[in-house]
Amino acid sequence: MHGTRTLEEADRLMTVCNSCRYCEGLCAVFPAMEMRRAFSDGDLNYLANLCHACGACYTDCQFSPPHEYDVNVPKAFAVARAESWAAYVWPRAFAGVFARNGVAISVITALSVAAFVFGFAALHDHQVLFGIHTGPGAFYALMPHNAMVVLFSAAFLYAVLALAMGVRAFWRDIGEPVGMVGDAGSLWQAMKDAAALRYLDGGGSGCVNEDERPSDRRKIYHHLTFYGFLLCFAATSLATLYHYLLAREAPYPWWDLPVLLGTLGGIGLIIGPAGLLAEKSKRDPALVDQQRTGMDVAFTLMLFLTSVTGMALLVWRDSAAMGPLLALHLGMVFSLFITMPYGKFVHGIYRYAALVRYARERRQLAHGNQE
Amino acid sequence: MVDLTRKRDVLVIGGGNAALCAAISARRSGADVLILEGAPKFYRGGNTRHTRNMRCAHDAATDILTGPYTEQEFFEDLLRVTDGHTDEELARHMIRESKDILDWIVKQGVRWQPSLGGTLSLGRTNSFFLGGGRAMLNALYLTAEQLGVEILYDAEVIDLEIDQGMFVSARLKQRDAVISVRASTLVAASGGFEANIEWLKQYWGAAADNFLIRGTPYNRGSILKMLLEKGVQQVGDPTQCHAVAIDARAPKFDGGIITRHDSVVFGIVVNNRALRFYDEGEDIWPKRYAIWGRLVAAQPDQIAYIIFDASSRNSFMPTLFPPLESGSIAGLASQLDLDPVMLEKTVGDFNAAVKPGTFDPTILDDCRTERLTPPKSHWARRIETPPYYAYPVRPGITFTYLGTRVNKQARMMMSNGKPAANMFAAGEIMAGNVLGKGYAAGIGMTIGSVFGRIAGREAAQNARN
Repeated sequence: MHGTRTLEEADRLMTVCNSCRYCEGLCAVFPAMEMRRAFSDGDLNYLANLCHACGACYTDCQFSPPHEYDVNVPKAFAVARAESWAAYVWPRAFAGVFARNGVAISVITALSVAAFVFGFAALHDHQVLFGIHTGPGAFYALMPHNAMVVLFSAAFLYAVLALAMGVRAFWRDIGEPVGMVGDAGSLWQAMKDAAALRYLDGGGSGCVNEDERPSDRRKIYHHLTFYGFLLCFAATSLATLYHYLLAREAPYPWWDLPVLLGTLGGIGLIIGPAGLLAEKSKRDPALVDQQRTGMDVAFTLMLFLTSVTGMALLVWRDSAAMGPLLALHLGMVFSLFITMPYGKFVHGIYRYAALVRYARERRQLAHGNQE
Repeated sequence: MVDLTRKRDVLVIGGGNAALCAAISARRSGADVLILEGAPKFYRGGNTRHTRNMRCAHDAATDILTGPYTEQEFFEDLLRVTDGHTDEELARHMIRESKDILDWIVKQGVRWQPSLGGTLSLGRTNSFFLGGGRAMLNALYLTAEQLGVEILYDAEVIDLEIDQGMFVSARLKQRDAVISVRASTLVAASGGFEANIEWLKQYWGAAADNFLIRGTPYNRGSILKMLLEKGVQQVGDPTQCHAVAIDARAPKFDGGIITRHDSVVFGIVVNNRALRFYDEGEDIWPKRYAIWGRLVAAQPDQIAYIIFDASSRNSFMPTLFPPLESGSIAGLASQLDLDPVMLEKTVGDFNAAVKPGTFDPTILDDCRTERLTPPKSHWARRIETPPYYAYPVRPGITFTYLGTRVNKQARMMMSNGKPAANMFAAGEIMAGNVLGKGYAAGIGMTIGSVFGRIAGREAAQNARN
């Protein structure tokens, strides 16, 4: 017996799949399943988070609905994943944020943006907020650099702490010893698998989304999003180093590294999320956890808007619109950080942890076979 | 919308591996091709949906095959499983052509993978479909559509107009109307009649009511019946079929692969009189699994029970349905509605006859019984460690062997001995030509792909002339 009906269904499906095994070449989930004959709650949560939702096993399955076995692993695992994230959340009091995620994220974002707008307006008179500021230190006319660093570092560190606590709960749930973190080989393997989205391709042909025709679109859009995000993060980090180590203040000219990285990343972070949202809207409803589309859309839209406001700031930074745009952008970024542990962002963290465990299980299996 | 008034070069009836290979190969030969699949789209492809591999000859190891499997070895395997009930010329032709299929089918979008977990014994001879049979079908359908093959689902053919060995048209039921679909040539790739219980009863009597059908309820053999009634020569024994022992709790239709049991060699099998009836350890399981359907079909009420103990619980693949479990043999018997005294005696007699040996399920080991009828020749270990377990099993019919006779061009032969003018057959509907009895894993798909490809090519050429 399992803790929830969702896990009961996941167990039923894994029992069906484990007596079939036709899908073992498609991804990591089915080989991991085959290492077991029975499934604990933790096993099912591990498998659910290992699933990349490529959808291939649904299209390839002779027992998917309308067959009476009603095998729909991508959907069952999507529900199980989301429920597991709510269970691992830190602090526990925020578990409910996952249930009505779209609304929650929208409200928090609106409040963040409003706070920056009113904050700027309260601290400065109209001339400053709608004034034209150029040259080094222009942004800091609106908000002192140190205040920015303190505020955003705090938000970022809070997100890191909350995510780490969540992963800790996941790691315990799936029965892994904490010391496992020291297994460098598995960490590196998982890093490669995640970086390449190795398991988001239906075993080589691509994801299935709206029908049985596989394509690489979701993988490409996800790469644009993920690497766009990393480039933007790198741009911000580099700018911070410029500020403290080289005493060079933002804004930087368009050809300077932080701006180039940020622009490239920003473009990725516009096309990627837009593509993902478009794919999502076309996705076969059978594959979608309908109750939580809000969560997926909220996070993807957040990324998109963060990038759009950032790019707008770059384009209009020499105009009177700079002040309001800066407030808007900083509001988006702040909200993105503080809501990270409570929305779709966590999928990447838990999936990486699941990939680490999978890499380790594979290594142990290979090791065992050699003996 | 598919235009049903236009006369096609090639009409393919059926929607599985053989039908799609025929349609693709005909289309690649330049023909205008229409597929009529009797099932709805989800159930398209008949038994192909449930397959997972294909047996093809090859002279060297490949990325996914662990070693060579020569034409001669393939033929010898076929002779052995069929007891010589095969058409040697046709069989050798098929095996020769199968070598090329390994590459050809990949060009049609199908992807291979190494043998699945738990099937290592097939790693050298059989190529597995990545994602299984439905993935293979999806790839073939996609290719066919991209090539411009037209496909109609829910397209039940209720009659064939055949004039002295010459196909004229198929009568197609479309909602309330009946439409005649004309074509220059016909490829019949519509499978056997395993889902037609009434027809099975003609040969098996009331026993057929207790058969479970492993594939879809759409395999009713209606096209086969029409062809045989309209002068096509019959091949194969109507009572022969590929039947395995599957879980008695499986659904009547379409339970598929996951209802099978691989545990026979680890225990004993008794009928509902609690008596053993066949040597459970005769040979390595993959070589024997296909005889157990017929063995169970011959038992009273077509049911049997695989009995084993805790020592074997994890020795075979996990099953869909859990085994029944009891702390005693008598307790197990009462759960199974068997006579407890009789089952205890059967198990006791078996245990007493087991000779010491070194158990090894991967080889023909020396664990056997002495002075027991029937014997258990290998892997015989005493059933003595509780809890005791049982799986109830019934005959699961996979496919039937009664079919239409064909020549090497996959052209149907008429009962007067002459080749049909414009009719070809591929797949299960003509499997009986090479498979008179018995079964070797993956050979149904070989028959489908090889003869499908030939039939499509020949039909396209026939249509041009």
